[in-house]
Amino acid sequence: MTRLPPAIRIEILSRADLLAPVRAMLTSFAERSGFDEVETGHLALAVDEALANVIRHGYDSRPDGRIWLSAFLIEEPERRIRIEIEDEGHQTEPAKIASRDLEEVRPGGLGVHIMQEVTDTCQFERRTPGGMRLILEKTPRGAKEDHSDQNHAGTPENGHQ
Amino acid sequence: MTSGNDMEIQVENRDGSVLVTPIGEVDLARSPSLRSRLAQVLGDSPARLVVDLSQVPYMDSSGVATLVEALQQSRARNCSLFLAGLQDRVRSVFEIARLDTVFTITPDVNSALEA
Repeated sequence: MTRLPPAIRIEILSRADLLAPVRAMLTSFAERSGFDEVETGHLALAVDEALANVIRHGYDSRPDGRIWLSAFLIEEPERRIRIEIEDEGHQTEPAKIASRDLEEVRPGGLGVHIMQEVTDTCQFERRTPGGMRLILEKTPRGAKEDHSDQNHAGTPENGHQ
Repeated sequence: MTSGNDMEIQVENRDGSVLVTPIGEVDLARSPSLRSRLAQVLGDSPARLVVDLSQVPYMDSSGVATLVEALQQSRARNCSLFLAGLQDRVRSVFEIARLDTVFTITPDVNSALEA
């Protein structure tokens, strides 16, 4: 399979203050790629949660770790955005990365659940020789459904995938 | 003037209640300042704490976790905690985390103060 080059590839340090500019960049990219406001917000939220996880767990909140973010705009078989986030931090068994029980009301542990809820694909892999890779994919509703459904975009109720 | 990672957070007393108004996005960089401000306010054991989120256009799970922590602290102190004026995007995060029914959420600050 031919692999398209990413439309965007950036390297950032594992600093929480860089989350906002990354969100702004991805928001613009998703909007220009045909995502509606809710979908764009969800994509930015998923990437924010992913980067926050890398900073906190991959690099133990160290500010000098390196993170690579690649964004692909894929057209076939349907238009979607794929985001790959790679790091050199601690490795975790992908099968052990799971959403926690939401019945238990306590702070923390919500990031994986949010990522899974707002994207179509949320897949963790070990990188070689070290670190982790996360693949997030999201398809705009307009590419999956009748275009008339786009008239309902913009409310949180119908924004959940 | 606040730096990039410090949130502007207004605190005022209103009719025996404490109103906390964070202004701006709440993410991993900024949630610590909201956490410490809420802990400080709750340390005085107010009868009612209203967090006005009408000026928060974005919140991630670190912000949600901060408010869950405040909820637990408020319950331990017999303080009623209200979240008021959530923008759609922020409310959506609470719904995804299934916390929209755990918190008492009101449309605006006055509704919370009169509840």
